Amino acid sequence: MRAVGIVLAGGNSSRMKELSNKRAVAAMPIAGGYRSIDFVLSSMSNSHIQKVAVFTQYNAKSLNEHLNSSKWWDFGRKQGGLYVFTPTTTPKNSYWYRGTADAIAQNLDFLKNSHEPYVVIASGDGIYKLDYSKVLEYHIAKKADFTVVTADVLGRDDPSRFGVVRTDADGRIIDFEEKPISADGSQVSTGIYVVRRRQLIELIEKAVEEERYDLVKDIIIRYKGVKRVYAYPLDTYWSNISSVDSYFRTNMDFLKADVRNYFFKEYPDVYSKVEDLPPAKYNSGSFVKNSLVSSGCIINGNVDGSILFKKVYVGNNCSIKNSIILNDVYIGDNTHIENCIVESRDTIRANTNYVGEDGKIRIVVEKNERYAL
Amino acid sequence: MIKKEMIAMLLAGGQGSRLGVLTADVAKPAVSFGGKYRIIDFPLSNCINSGVDTVGVLTQYQPLRLNTHIGIGIPWDLDRNVGGVSILPPYEKSTSSEWYTGTANAIFQNMRYMELYNPEYVLILGGDHIYKMDYEVMLDFHKASKADVTLATIPVPIEEASRFGVVITDEHKQIQEFEEKPEHPRSNLASMGIYIFSWPVLREALIKLKDQPSCDFGKHIIPYCHEQGRRIFAYEYNGYWKDVGTLGSYWQANMELIDLIPVFNLYEEFWKIYTKNELVSPQFVAEEAVIDKAIIGEASEIYGEVHNSVIGSGVYIAPGAVVRDSIIMSSSSIGENTVVDRSIIAEKVQIGANCILCTGEDVPNKVKPDVYSFGLVTIGEDSIIPSNVKIGKNTAISGETDISDYPDGILASGETLIKVGEKI
Repeated sequence: MRAVGIVLAGGNSSRMKELSNKRAVAAMPIAGGYRSIDFVLSSMSNSHIQKVAVFTQYNAKSLNEHLNSSKWWDFGRKQGGLYVFTPTTTPKNSYWYRGTADAIAQNLDFLKNSHEPYVVIASGDGIYKLDYSKVLEYHIAKKADFTVVTADVLGRDDPSRFGVVRTDADGRIIDFEEKPISADGSQVSTGIYVVRRRQLIELIEKAVEEERYDLVKDIIIRYKGVKRVYAYPLDTYWSNISSVDSYFRTNMDFLKADVRNYFFKEYPDVYSKVEDLPPAKYNSGSFVKNSLVSSGCIINGNVDGSILFKKVYVGNNCSIKNSIILNDVYIGDNTHIENCIVESRDTIRANTNYVGEDGKIRIVVEKNERYAL
Repeated sequence: MIKKEMIAMLLAGGQGSRLGVLTADVAKPAVSFGGKYRIIDFPLSNCINSGVDTVGVLTQYQPLRLNTHIGIGIPWDLDRNVGGVSILPPYEKSTSSEWYTGTANAIFQNMRYMELYNPEYVLILGGDHIYKMDYEVMLDFHKASKADVTLATIPVPIEEASRFGVVITDEHKQIQEFEEKPEHPRSNLASMGIYIFSWPVLREALIKLKDQPSCDFGKHIIPYCHEQGRRIFAYEYNGYWKDVGTLGSYWQANMELIDLIPVFNLYEEFWKIYTKNELVSPQFVAEEAVIDKAIIGEASEIYGEVHNSVIGSGVYIAPGAVVRDSIIMSSSSIGENTVVDRSIIAEKVQIGANCILCTGEDVPNKVKPDVYSFGLVTIGEDSIIPSNVKIGKNTAISGETDISDYPDGILASGETLIKVGEKI
């Protein structure tokens, strides 16, 4: 592949509510065994992008733990590798990343010292599979300066929380509005961009000189009249998880056979850090239906329409319905949980009741003492 | 100069013929266990958990699966700059070439591998038991006893001791006598086939006995050391240790993992067992599924019923199918409305719809009654079973079978159906 990768994983989203207290969005657990950033890293690895930089800033502990080895995504190579860039102070700079463009600017040496002619930029909060080399081919064929991968969120998500784009017949973006008050279309930017490396360096240097720090607002939107900015429409599954509702819905999508088959059975695979957990165990009295169960779980109660992440313990006579239970949660006996997201490493006491009322998703953060079994 | 205090030599070349069709194409240490593991994962994990980071794995019989499973040792953290895991197959030499003719002969043929690491102690392991053991504690005992050789031993019920090689020790655990399968055992300490040798002692014995045909540790090396007056000690191990050498004991050991709190607990944080994970996606349990007492591996899809069973990774159980008291290894599929009872189904087996497995009378197997017993159905890797057939007890099937292989749609109890040569 003739591109290096940049993953923008520094962000926080207030729409994630309490879930973002613990970790960056890119580190959110997805579909039982994965984290959000696995999808972009796997797509990059599967597109033969060998050199990838991940920019982290907000609450990066979980993310750094997850990225502690590059071998899971096959980046640990002599040529290329996985680089994690967190803000550092230097004689010239003492700022945090003031925006996405500033993050790239502060690590511009990474781009300057690369020899690949193109750059693929992607965010860490998208759930999809994509062969970036197809986007690059399109980018070259259109003689574009910037290519933005777009998706149609009609009937699925609220377009006004994305950048909404309109294109002409050739696919050139003529209108690009970031988080409009009311959206007059459902074609949105996925936060995946392809650009020529020298072009990007030039634009970033110029923007920072003018004290502009946002990649979308200050570069793509600002230059769309003078540069050729194209849309590459993605027609396969794509979902952004940066709000509680979309996070919940994206996870629940994996209960559908077609979504599961697309991600888990069709080539290429999605990779993640391997945690060496034993197989899931169903004890007498367990009753599980229409659910995803990950390794290391021990189930004694009822689970229906839910996703159990790794190492979840469900006590006797529990009832878990339409809920997401994140990693390493202990649920005591006789507990009822419905329409909830239970935060990882929670310990839920016996005989408690958590219900998200009126179809609203409730986030449960419960730190009780856990006595080791 | 490279220096490792203790290196391990893991004997993984045996066929394990008592596992019948399960080891037709794979060596016994590579047979699946407990849903997602393979038998060799237990000694390999024990090695790394004990701080032994240099392991030679001696292979001979059907090594492909072992080779691909072990690779460069990443799952066990045995990919090292110095040491790590090395696969050691028999090789051609300028003067003579031979297969590994016995356990000690195999080790002798790899003398140069051991010398490379300049060890003080060599740990000899087998690849056919399920256990968690800290070899470092055993080494401490070896050093404290100023032993030349230490055997790991386990107390067994005295009435069963006649099935084992037992040792008779003095009050300091120094071994006075050995008895191989004694009729009237005088001790209940059985040898586990795990040895620590002080390197010069092992080296001397291997060279001395290099012309011994089929040179074996139990039969030749240990008796030789004993005759030479070496200090041989018995280290007493008291944890879980399970031989899975027969289909009955293999099935039993798997079933014990399903108990509410298993004696051999894979869920403890301490002393993890590592394996090569090919799949990380979660398992799916469908609306109409029923699961009651089971362990199930990653990426399996369950639409039917599972009772009291061990299911591997990537297994598909179709709607209406019922699986009871059985072991289904990775990537196998069970067709609609098929009933599977007391069966051991190896990897990548496809079973059609409306079949009944393990039905009829308990008739001994006609070909190998001592292998295919315990009333089990055993199906080898990559087998295909057509729809609408009934399969009796104490049976074995291997290969791509079709309906014409089943007279009246039945494979009667005690029959063996092995289609050889049809698989490439």
